[in-house]
Amino acid sequence: MIDTEIKVTPQIAAEHGLTPEEYARTQKILGRDPSFTELGIFSVMWSEHCSYKSSRVHLKRLPTRGTHVVQGPGENAGVVDIGDGMVAVFKIESHNHPSFVEPFQGAATGVGGILRDIFTMGARPIAVMDSLRFGPITAGELQGLKPCPDDVGVGAAVTAGLKPRPSTVDQKADRGDAKIQDESRSLSASRARQNAAGQEKARDSVPFAEPAQGRRDDGALARDPRDDSAISAGEAGAGQVTAQEIARNRHILDGVIRGIGFYGNCFGVPTVGGEVAFEPCYSNNPLVNALALGICRREELFFAKARGAGNPVIYVGAKTGRDGIHGASLLASAEFSEESQQKRPNVQMGDPFMEKLLLEACLEAMRTGAVVAIQDMGAAGLTSSSSEMASRGGLGIEIDLARVPQRETGMTPYEIMLSESQERMLLVAERGREREVFDVFHKWGLDAVEIGRVTEDGILRVLNHGEVAAAIPAHAIAEEGPRYERPIAAPGVMAEAGGADGATAFVPLAAVGADLSGNFRRLLGSPTIASKHWITEQYDSMVQTNTTFGPGAGDAAVLRLKESKRALALATDGNGRWGFLAPRLGAMHAVAEAARNVACSGARPIAATNCLNFGNPEKPEVMRQFSEAIDGIAEACRVLETPITGGNVSFYNETLGKAIYPTPVLGVLGLMEDAECALGSKFRNEGDLILLLDGMSDGALKDGGLKAAATKAEFASSEYAKAIHGIVAGLPPAIDLAAEKRLIDCLVALAGERAVVSAHDVSDGGLAVSVAEACFGRDGLSAEISIDAGSAEDFAEAALFGERGARAVLSVAAASLARVNEIAAQYHVGARRIGTVTRGEFRIQYQDAGVIQGSIESFRRSWSDALPRAIESGRDAQ
Amino acid sequence: MKFGVVQFPGSNCDADAFHAVGAIVRQPVEMIWHQSENLAGCDAVILPGGFAFGDYLRTGAIARFSPVMKAVERFARGGGLVLGICNGFQILLEAGLLPGAMLRNKGLRYLCRHVHIRVEATDTPFTCAATLGQVLKIPIAHNEGNYFCEPAMLAELEHNNQIIFHYVRPDGGDAGADDREANPNGSLHAIAGICNRERNVLGLMPHPERAVELALGSADGMVVFRSLVASLAAAESAVRRAPGVTAAVPA
Repeated sequence: MIDTEIKVTPQIAAEHGLTPEEYARTQKILGRDPSFTELGIFSVMWSEHCSYKSSRVHLKRLPTRGTHVVQGPGENAGVVDIGDGMVAVFKIESHNHPSFVEPFQGAATGVGGILRDIFTMGARPIAVMDSLRFGPITAGELQGLKPCPDDVGVGAAVTAGLKPRPSTVDQKADRGDAKIQDESRSLSASRARQNAAGQEKARDSVPFAEPAQGRRDDGALARDPRDDSAISAGEAGAGQVTAQEIARNRHILDGVIRGIGFYGNCFGVPTVGGEVAFEPCYSNNPLVNALALGICRREELFFAKARGAGNPVIYVGAKTGRDGIHGASLLASAEFSEESQQKRPNVQMGDPFMEKLLLEACLEAMRTGAVVAIQDMGAAGLTSSSSEMASRGGLGIEIDLARVPQRETGMTPYEIMLSESQERMLLVAERGREREVFDVFHKWGLDAVEIGRVTEDGILRVLNHGEVAAAIPAHAIAEEGPRYERPIAAPGVMAEAGGADGATAFVPLAAVGADLSGNFRRLLGSPTIASKHWITEQYDSMVQTNTTFGPGAGDAAVLRLKESKRALALATDGNGRWGFLAPRLGAMHAVAEAARNVACSGARPIAATNCLNFGNPEKPEVMRQFSEAIDGIAEACRVLETPITGGNVSFYNETLGKAIYPTPVLGVLGLMEDAECALGSKFRNEGDLILLLDGMSDGALKDGGLKAAATKAEFASSEYAKAIHGIVAGLPPAIDLAAEKRLIDCLVALAGERAVVSAHDVSDGGLAVSVAEACFGRDGLSAEISIDAGSAEDFAEAALFGERGARAVLSVAAASLARVNEIAAQYHVGARRIGTVTRGEFRIQYQDAGVIQGSIESFRRSWSDALPRAIESGRDAQ
Repeated sequence: MKFGVVQFPGSNCDADAFHAVGAIVRQPVEMIWHQSENLAGCDAVILPGGFAFGDYLRTGAIARFSPVMKAVERFARGGGLVLGICNGFQILLEAGLLPGAMLRNKGLRYLCRHVHIRVEATDTPFTCAATLGQVLKIPIAHNEGNYFCEPAMLAELEHNNQIIFHYVRPDGGDAGADDREANPNGSLHAIAGICNRERNVLGLMPHPERAVELALGSADGMVVFRSLVASLAAAESAVRRAPGVTAAVPA
């Protein structure tokens, strides 16, 4: 061992985030104390982010097998069979924390990381999607949020099942540490403190920056007074929001969008959609989840499994620097201080041009047949790529750090092993054929250096100028990390009883027959509902010329395959507010909506990937949310036949001890037999009939109308309740997965027969928003809708804006109506004519009274101008 | 008749141009690596879109020094047909094969959307199959497409009828001053594409290769490729009629 290295003590291990038990485990594995480099290796590989130590016991409950699945979780990305000898490779991943500290680079490297996960499997990335969540960007969003009476508050219910928690926790350090372990892999609590300070600093650079404390009241819903750190319903709403907070949220949004565009546009992959939502809880913790999809021939797939002792281990791509290392700050925080190192930004810098070269070179090198295995150096860099490839192959790897291309001098083994410099790959080649690999990389102007070899002994051995810096069984690092069954809080009142009756009092209903046009207009202009056109046109959505339906054109993005008649469809969905009100139900809705969106485009959903964004798993309430969400996803994926093929867990999304809404985001992939059958969501012809397809009605709609529409309790959880009345309460709509499945099957059949012109699901903002959005495609097209709900307990707002699932709005040529009805009946799905595609005035009648009317153009402007106005006006103000 | 698509390391629309020519226009086409010193006997060369060398410095600033650009320049000076799309246009400007420069888009944001451009001249090998005043719906995707040149140069371009495409409103009407809908990047005089004086080198910011299939939203870009094919066919038959003539480009 290198004797100049710092000697490891239990205290240093603790500063690396290892518990005493985990430290003891490293000693047991090694039969001695770990060296400093070894400690670094254990600490990153056993971090929450790499080891899934809190989530693994729960993730096992997810269904991962299905007829299309070629590769489930465990590889760099999931793989599904899409016919004609082709496979699709896809995965979603979070980059939340870096995107808060440095929005542009954080988001850019998030895209870069997920792209590498795809092409390291041998597939060429053909699309990216982003699921983004930010804090409020307009004052209006929050002005509407009002406090509600304590006695009906749901917040108390949420935390009622919790025991008080000791209040001695240093929450700031707690938060920082946790986050870094998750996203950027910090090693120590001291680093965490420093990072927290860094965040304050990041804020300072933002116009109107202000400290996070006291950023708003907790007015909207009651909190559990016993426990500040428990999840507080105060997150649900807010009384006050400062101009500074809004300015910061806009700054984050702007940086994230530019970062995504910067990377994807240059790399040459179309960004085809995704979602953008706004809630106060994401104010200091934006969610940036990036999904990438690639394709290749099945025999071209590559796996990260080392083979053949003696084979050379080759480093390719960018040089290694000190970025992303938290060890330097560990030194700084103990007495080994090196002042200058402290200030290095811990967010990596992305270089999409380098990544593009790496993509082309890797795919070309793979085609030579000289590559045995390959893995990208993403999180935990050289450490994870070497140990995981060795472990999967049941072999060892020996590398000499002196040969690693470095862009800085004097880097220690610890730094080189833990660097998270971007755009690097590690591969194993066939001995004797190295030259073929080198030639390809040199053609693309990239470094390619043999840094070691595969060994038989199962040890990850790290040499530095001939001295051993680390020698650990690879399997122990990659697979024998700790597993925790964290305590789970008992279900709260809300989860069991619904707590919903009281909540209904929150929604003040309009008088019967009242004109709701004004509210409708406000809803269309609320940032979550408003057009995201201003954002998506900053992305190249068309490069590679496969984008049949890009951002906003359909419910899912549709990509034709040049290699066959088929097409793929892709959608991401999540609803944090629903996850907060009922984690299990909310998660089921996330799956159902993504699958429904895919089906609306005409494709059959075949597989899913998930990004699970949660708070601190050491809090039992967070683990309850997590566990419930897993159960929800598992059940929905089973019924909808969309097995989970991979994804990522992001814990510790907390600010000052307050968790974000539990936000599982689902990406669902669909397959279409004939690309020409793809459906957009927009009306296309005046005079077409508008139908409401309803999986839940089972043909009963004729009698009951929208009787089954959202109850008042469900309505309190809607986007309308939040945007218009500032209410976040009640429960998400009940879900009927069988109905969702029927609807999906019916939509696929309708598209396959080309029986319908357009299909758009009913989701955020309900039926009224869905119909309006379908009008916003072609200039001048509008709609006249008539809803004849028969039920006394029903009310106009629920009919218009309720968000019950399993529904879609279709437009159909009159000549096809009979056939559409036949197909719907065959799938036991209700198909009910509710109106006609027109021109000019947009009208909705409810029980024979006009409830919404106005020129379609004015509604369109409310919807399309809201986001640019919010952002650009913010710019003017600055 | 053979097309060549130049491949810089950061080209990312090279495969799209290749696909458009090979699979849709159905003409022979091959890739030409940026380090190649010749054009492999191609009759028309496309400089495709992308970020040739990352373009962190200035679009096209490094690409113009690639070995292949010497060959492209020789080819162009000899009357060969060169089409620069997006980044290809930017490279032609940097290489001095076309006059003017690109500024960042007026709104300082990358923009990807369908725009409308009007064909202002049909006496070029790139537009001979179009009708004068024809409006094409074609996508743009760029950060630096705000064309600029000095007033004297603008006058020259206009005098020589070198402005081949203008950004226009969907109905073909002129873009108004500060009309970000019609002229989204704020180009001088809403210029979307220009050719050289000899009319054998054309650069445009919109992507005709992305608009060759109705399934992807528009096939209006086909007219550019059809024009090229017609021009090359005419040149070939001219060569057959008059052996010994090497460069024959319809005026």
